[in-house]
Amino acid sequence: MFWFRKKSKDTLKERLKLTLAYDRAQLPPGKVEQLKNDLIEVLQRYFPAEQKDLEVELEQRGEKMVLVANIPLR
Amino acid sequence: MNARAIVVTSGKGGVGKTTTTANVGAALAKLGEKVVVIDVDVGLRNLDVVMGLEGRVVFDLIDVLEGRCKLRQAIIKDKRIESLHLLPASQTKDKESLDPARFKQTVQVLLEEEGFDRVLIDSPAGIERGFQTAATPAEGALVVVNPEVSSVRDADRIVGLLEAREVRENRLVINRLRPRMVQRGDMLSVDDVVEILGLKPIGIVPEDEQVLVSTNVGDPLVMRNGSQAGLAFMDIARRIRGEEVPFPSFEEKAGLFGALRKLFGGS
Repeated sequence: MFWFRKKSKDTLKERLKLTLAYDRAQLPPGKVEQLKNDLIEVLQRYFPAEQKDLEVELEQRGEKMVLVANIPLR
Repeated sequence: MNARAIVVTSGKGGVGKTTTTANVGAALAKLGEKVVVIDVDVGLRNLDVVMGLEGRVVFDLIDVLEGRCKLRQAIIKDKRIESLHLLPASQTKDKESLDPARFKQTVQVLLEEEGFDRVLIDSPAGIERGFQTAATPAEGALVVVNPEVSSVRDADRIVGLLEAREVRENRLVINRLRPRMVQRGDMLSVDDVVEILGLKPIGIVPEDEQVLVSTNVGDPLVMRNGSQAGLAFMDIARRIRGEEVPFPSFEEKAGLFGALRKLFGGS
């Protein structure tokens, strides 16, 4: 039934917001992925516990693009 | 808009730059402004055919810039709307010969000496030299966007480039909106596009078969009566002139039509 289906425009909206965030920051998305992997490596040296939930994302804050890392410690 | 030299641009091709230039130009002229529309798409001239003026092209923009003719000789005066004029692009000459500084000077002459109220510049697609040249004399821009993935992305890029070039008065023209698809959730709505791009629209133009019909015969839509797209282009011209014109809600209209259609047994 179509009203349970996710609207295709909502998918597009999410994709565009993310794509434009990287475009505006002039940053290739793959680079953030690499950074994330490196961060995990470094963090594991200091906190050997699991680091599965690490999130690194670009966020628009007003005029600025900000790289945000969420690092749960326990 | 305060800008008198306005570039019509989009990044992506095929979203309606030339249609927008022709119709907004004709609409502004209809409202009494002395307008010249300039085709900067050297090698791929099209504004002349869209406006139905192809038979009257003698000289072109490059001839003017290179001094082969006087500015006035290259300008074609429309016979249907008194104050509408076209400066065509060259179809054959090398586009490298379009010098940005000279082009800017020419636009200044049009505004300051030839008595034009408004210059609309039809930019070629892309973000390279042709676009850069088209944007050089501009004080403002109409950024034409379709509610679709590549067009929205390119529009965002173009807005960034315009701002970097100190073109500040940038307005969005959301073109080819299909209200029934928006209602179904299969097309970005006006609000979505505005949210994503962070720019307010100066015009919302619904998809309309009459656009093709009008270009078939070479009469800009605003010269005919009654089509939805034609009215939308007319509204854009009014808003450019500073009038407060409310946006008609195509979404609701589609809903009503949809309901009526169902009522009368349509699909």
